Amino acid sequence: MVPARHPWRWAGTGLVLVLLAQFAHGLTTNPGWDWPTFAGYFLEESVLRALLLTIELTVAGALLGFLGGIPLAAMRLSRNPVLAAVSWTYIWVFRSVPLLVQLLFWANLGYLYDRLQIGVPFGPGWSFSTTSLISSFGAALLGLALHEAAFAGEIIRSGLLSVDQGQHEAAAALGLPRRRQFFRIVLPQAMRAILPNAANLLVNLLKSTSIVYVLAIGELFYQVQVVYGRNGRVVPLLMVATVWYVILTALLSVLQYYVERYFARGALRTLPPTPFQRLRAAIRR
Amino acid sequence: MIELTGVHKSFGTLEVLRGIDLTVRPGTVTVILGPSGSGKSTLLRCVNHLEKVDRGLVRVDGELIGYRRSGNRLHELSERQILRQRARIGFVFQNFNLFPHLTAVENVAEAPISALRKPRIETYERAHALLARVGLADKADAYPRQLSGGQQQRVAIARALALEPRLILFDEPTSALDPELVGEVLDVLRDLATAGTTMIVVTHEIGFAREAADTVIFMDEGRIVEQGPPAQVLDHPRHDRTQAFLSKVLI
Ligand SMILES: Nc1ncnc2c1ncn2[C@@H]1O[C@H](COP(=O)(O)OP(=O)(O)OP(=O)(O)O)[C@@H](O)[C@H]1O
Ligand SMILES: [Mg+2]
Repeated sequence: MVPARHPWRWAGTGLVLVLLAQFAHGLTTNPGWDWPTFAGYFLEESVLRALLLTIELTVAGALLGFLGGIPLAAMRLSRNPVLAAVSWTYIWVFRSVPLLVQLLFWANLGYLYDRLQIGVPFGPGWSFSTTSLISSFGAALLGLALHEAAFAGEIIRSGLLSVDQGQHEAAAALGLPRRRQFFRIVLPQAMRAILPNAANLLVNLLKSTSIVYVLAIGELFYQVQVVYGRNGRVVPLLMVATVWYVILTALLSVLQYYVERYFARGALRTLPPTPFQRLRAAIRR
Repeated sequence: MIELTGVHKSFGTLEVLRGIDLTVRPGTVTVILGPSGSGKSTLLRCVNHLEKVDRGLVRVDGELIGYRRSGNRLHELSERQILRQRARIGFVFQNFNLFPHLTAVENVAEAPISALRKPRIETYERAHALLARVGLADKADAYPRQLSGGQQQRVAIARALALEPRLILFDEPTSALDPELVGEVLDVLRDLATAGTTMIVVTHEIGFAREAADTVIFMDEGRIVEQGPPAQVLDHPRHDRTQAFLSKVLI
């Protein structure tokens, strides 16, 4: 048997290879990219410390955001109109306010309220000075988490809505307890719709952490700015930050691939092999 | 014993059930026939409280379904209590509604473990035995989408049996199946009938009704028009509407 020929596929591949070679040539020969400076700072200690802070903000923001998103989604889907309205309003407000504005607002909370108080309504309470309670890291995390929660809530809600009504009915007809219906039957099926969007949100959050530089928090983007402010080598230092963001996003994408595969069990008749499995099969052949 | 007395149900202004009285003796098979829209599915769904009745009572083995009587008032049960009652009434859907992310044996074992709190190992042994009983011993680890329609429906029947129900309700169990797959599901139903399972089956399979039913019921416009043994209702229907319906189905 002679497999079908694809001349245009070969022509296209050739064209792409030529363009790539040209691009690579430009990257290596144009001195403006200044690769020695890039190499000097890529693994420099202050940059790595800033990178760690970026990762911390991303992980904490995502965890808090999704933890907040679950009750928001549940409230919007609930039959209680007050809960649904509260959730709707929250999502409306936090999707409307630009993240940057929100961050500046939290950082300046001390200007609005110089003391915060918690306690029993009309009873005893404790009061704190606002600036001592909310550090700039706290303000950044608060802003990111509140912002994420609004989007995560909508993503989770859309996933729950995508589960077939027959599944709810079958679970109810079998008399499964309410929590079990949700966690064993509905949520795992909703995950298939939730995951790609959640991964998008997470990648977006990773990059959004660069906005918190306005609060003078030493995350990755802030740190490279500090360095190029000192030595004036803007492009190579921006490249340091860019390459790190690209690497982190790549790691997240690999993770996403495997998590999605896990939740695809039963949804596809047969799972396609992973790239690694395909490679191994090709080598063995 | 299953008893329905004066069951009424409306959706908005549409009155779907207009006073159903029905008694099903334990160990018998009741087949419900009737034209589309006559309220057959709604009736089944009222029996396990998937739909709330507007008026009338449903009793299974003397126990009121969905309500509790105190004095001469009825109070609706809490969701948890209703779920507990449902765990004793099997329901088999027209389009199976198996859980696609669980394997066949996990589908069967799910409810006994989480609704009845049965021990895990025993339940899985029993689930395998039930799958063998419906002829699917070798498909225990398949996911529903890897099974044919007839096989999926047989898993769904095993899933209902796993709760050791007092009663199983079947809502057109074969109408989503290709003709050549109908037989394998009806075989399982016949087998259950012989074993003395109490069943109410909505179906258009007249042949099955003739062989396996103890009672055949003909419904139209929310009422029971005629009921009796199959020989009487199917071969000597007294009502015009029953005759008209049967003449269309029995071509
Ligand atoms: N949830 C609902 N809301 C509004 N109307 C409904 C609802 N469920 C059923 N109905 C209506 O009630 C009537 C009876 O429906 P039902 O499903 O009980 O009929 P059926 O006898 O099972 O018909 P079929 O043989 O087509 O399954 C139909 O007119 C249907 O449109
Ligand atoms: Mg129906």
